[in-house]
Amino acid sequence: MTTGSQTPLETQMLEVSVGPQHPSTHGVFRMNVVLDGENIVKLKPVMGYLHRNHEQLAENMSYLGSMPFTDRLDYICGMTNNFAYALAVEKLAGIEVPEKAQYIRVLMAELTRLVNHTLLVGFLLNDLGAFFTPVLYAFREREKILDLFEAVAGSRMMVNYFRFGGVKADLPEGFLGKVKEILRNYPKFLDEFERLLSENEILRSRCQNVGILTKELAVSSSITGPMLRASGVNYDIRKVDRYSIYDRFDFRVPLGSVGDVYDRYYIRILEMRESLKILEQLIKQYPEKGDIISAKGAQAAKTPRMWKPAAGDAYARIEGPKGELGFYVVSDGTPKPYRYHVRPPSFINLTILEDMCLGHKVADAIVILGSVDIVLGEVDR
Amino acid sequence: MKAEDIKNDLTAAIPGIQVTVEGEALIVAPENLLAAAGFLKENEKYRLDYLSCLTGVDYLAKGHLESVNHLYSVEKKTGPVVVKVRVPRNNPKMPSLVPFYRGAEFQERESFDLFGIVYEGHPDLRRILLWDEFEGHPMRKDYVQEDQDQP
Repeated sequence: MTTGSQTPLETQMLEVSVGPQHPSTHGVFRMNVVLDGENIVKLKPVMGYLHRNHEQLAENMSYLGSMPFTDRLDYICGMTNNFAYALAVEKLAGIEVPEKAQYIRVLMAELTRLVNHTLLVGFLLNDLGAFFTPVLYAFREREKILDLFEAVAGSRMMVNYFRFGGVKADLPEGFLGKVKEILRNYPKFLDEFERLLSENEILRSRCQNVGILTKELAVSSSITGPMLRASGVNYDIRKVDRYSIYDRFDFRVPLGSVGDVYDRYYIRILEMRESLKILEQLIKQYPEKGDIISAKGAQAAKTPRMWKPAAGDAYARIEGPKGELGFYVVSDGTPKPYRYHVRPPSFINLTILEDMCLGHKVADAIVILGSVDIVLGEVDR
Repeated sequence: MKAEDIKNDLTAAIPGIQVTVEGEALIVAPENLLAAAGFLKENEKYRLDYLSCLTGVDYLAKGHLESVNHLYSVEKKTGPVVVKVRVPRNNPKMPSLVPFYRGAEFQERESFDLFGIVYEGHPDLRRILLWDEFEGHPMRKDYVQEDQDQP
């Protein structure tokens, strides 16, 4: 019998295709993974399964015509998609927004942030193996906010609520009372959620020091939103651009220190608490009287197929719940946009997925992908 | 930051650079793009370390494709600086920005996929949204769809 030889045993790399029909890919997304044992040595994201050329559709219709289509980009956050598109066209055509409409917009945007972050945390736990219990709690809370969206826009997710120069409809009676109720109950829910999760031993050991993203790589890879801030970069477009009326509210920008999955989870909890702070101030300042749409905007809403902005181009961006959501619109003076481009945060945040996953196990890749927060409607457009 | 001032700084720093100002945007010649990007990213005055949005536009009547870049500075919290690069439609080649901005990787692949702009020096220039066998570039203005009514 021979003792162990000096040459190592011959092994083979294993190629695994995770997705597109996999519950943890959050839609139809595929990762081509090469494994050495259980360690990832290569990972290539494959996307486009949901591609419908949203941009070309928008270039073949009136400016207002694509407002409902923006809801379907990131279908969790219809309101903020509307918001960014409205800002871009307002910048292009020089449309003012009345004060009351500004308040309604920020109110909707922050409620959307609550919806998005709550769901993300729930689904992240799903990816960790806590099957559907945290998500059910998250859905329970989201339901209450979606009820409000339904009351104001007539639809729970596909809201189509914003118009150039304002919003579609005034808040119904008793709306702010309902928001106050949510503000009263949400901190309790977050405390409960945190008691369950933040100190949880299993969650910590699965998330801490997994998928670390450094500051430098995050900035040069155009990562935005909670993911960038979890890596410790202080960049919140609400603070930097001060678009709409965000300069009237006092809120902090929470930052992470390590840049791992746990920081990305925790930053979302902290951001929800900041959003609650913004909403509280907003309700105190809310003007009961005033227009909800400016005269120029009303003109565009009344005759959408005749309305044409002057030739030129404009780029507007907002701090969406997932990161920087931007719209680039070029007008050639006709009623249809000559060029319409979406800068989708979840698509660009996937750029460094491979870098974060290298050296980790397959199960970690699932969690890392979950912490990026993608919606395939927006990735594939 | 005025586009005119940036143009002056660029011409002072990079001899022989071709750059013009159009509205708020800088139009940079493709052969000077890398030098200009390097300057804007590294220079202490600008530090434009964040490429926010990169996209193509097809100007069919003018005969060129345009790549539009919106640059911001995370460090200084300034921006945007709009840098546009124009290439002829029949030979759309320009240098890739990936060496300076990793965030250009997927966005350039998308622009290549939908507009057919070839970014030279890109580490992995493949189609990203459409499948590899797809023919043509559907965001071009002269693209004919299969089910389109013919005149």
